[in-house]
Amino acid sequence: MNKGSFEVKVGLAEMLKGGVIMDVTTHEQAKIAEDAGAVAVMALERIPADIRAAGGIARMSNPKVIKAIQDTVSIPVMAKCRIGHFAEAQVLEALGVDFIDESEVLTPADEENHIWKHDFKVPFVCGCRDLGEALRRIGEGAALIRTKGEAGSGNIVEAVRHMRRVQSEIRKLTTLQDDELMAEAKRLGAPFELVRQVAKTGKLPVPNFAAGGVATPADASLMMQLGAETVFVGSGIFKSEDPAARARAIVLATTYYNNPEKVAEVSAGLGDAMPGLDLAEIPEEERLAKRGW
Amino acid sequence: MTKKTIKVGVLGLQGAFQKHIEIINSLGAEAIDIRYKDQIEGCHGLIIPGGESTTMSKLIDEMNLRESLEKFPGMIFGTCAGAILLSEDGADPRVTPLRRTPVKVMRNAYGRQIESFVENISLSFNDKPFKAVFIRAPKFNNIDSSAEILGHLNGTNVLIRSGNNLLATFHPELTDDPRIHQYFLNCLQ
Repeated sequence: MNKGSFEVKVGLAEMLKGGVIMDVTTHEQAKIAEDAGAVAVMALERIPADIRAAGGIARMSNPKVIKAIQDTVSIPVMAKCRIGHFAEAQVLEALGVDFIDESEVLTPADEENHIWKHDFKVPFVCGCRDLGEALRRIGEGAALIRTKGEAGSGNIVEAVRHMRRVQSEIRKLTTLQDDELMAEAKRLGAPFELVRQVAKTGKLPVPNFAAGGVATPADASLMMQLGAETVFVGSGIFKSEDPAARARAIVLATTYYNNPEKVAEVSAGLGDAMPGLDLAEIPEEERLAKRGW
Repeated sequence: MTKKTIKVGVLGLQGAFQKHIEIINSLGAEAIDIRYKDQIEGCHGLIIPGGESTTMSKLIDEMNLRESLEKFPGMIFGTCAGAILLSEDGADPRVTPLRRTPVKVMRNAYGRQIESFVENISLSFNDKPFKAVFIRAPKFNNIDSSAEILGHLNGTNVLIRSGNNLLATFHPELTDDPRIHQYFLNCLQ
């Protein structure tokens, strides 16, 4: 019986497509997310907006929080470990989480190396700002890629930038000749075999999701139209005025992203979205997307 | 294919619907992504893909699709979450199944994702083993004696046909082997 193969890891990512993955910090929030139609939850001690406000070192969640959430919902439960912190990842695997996010939202544990994700049975998702970063993470074993965006900002601008860059670099690869691919792999800083594969197929070898700054149903629709296959919503739901209604609306807007009337209908009467931050208000050294490479 | 093109609606609310669409199209039939009630009529068969059964169950009600799916006269092929939705009882109040098939299905019966696996299964209608991908897979319970067992994994039933329903607890859409989709299309001829 072949458990934990790359095929099985990507298989779960395939099942999450066309859905919304929601950050939750308590089992009560997890229940609200599941009832609203989330395809998975991300179990956290604090959501990114609060991590940003609190400062200090952000680490893997307390196993007690994760277990309480696992005991409450039947959908997959994800959890975050610090970049390069393979021991936190081992703990999360031992807890039986369904997906690990090696995440820039937490304080990096290794400024040079990410986790060698092929060593694990549990699948990993990693953030990226461009195609080179996406392919480096896939080379290390990530079964799912998401944009980094700027977590906890409530501002979609960085997620849009990252998704557009990845898509346009993929399109460019498909136009190159064989003898141009090595130079492009060098420029991207990406594994050559993966560059060749993307050039041939015109898509990433694993699903490509959006994350970082999604706060409204229209944000979800925007990211899906830009080529995201599922949407992560972090602070956007539980920092808003009416989380249950907003969660339901974002789920519907993700499935019906191509139908503006439907997105309009679900967006009505939701109460206030999370306040959000202009990127100019976030000092360069406090930007989470810059963590990892 | 024969004279008329077979039209298969793949429920596109959530999950691995695109993979089913690709396989059906590669076999010469026409697959369409179904998200609205009025698209269902005119399909010869339907597929409910793998994904999250709680999410799909909720969207089926939000979009008022339940009655059309329950009463759909053609064959419906459900994989994993799709099989849970076709069953009589998903043994979980969070999922309201369509009750088309007299079988109970236990969700996540093998455990969490680290227990997901790939294994060869045996098919009743073909001699060669089929490489099957099981992702947080369910198990059939209390299969009605009228159901036909089409596939098993070391004695555990994983592919059954009951009336106008075809249920798989694994994901034939995740491998390049089209034999099970071809079997489904043959049923629609």
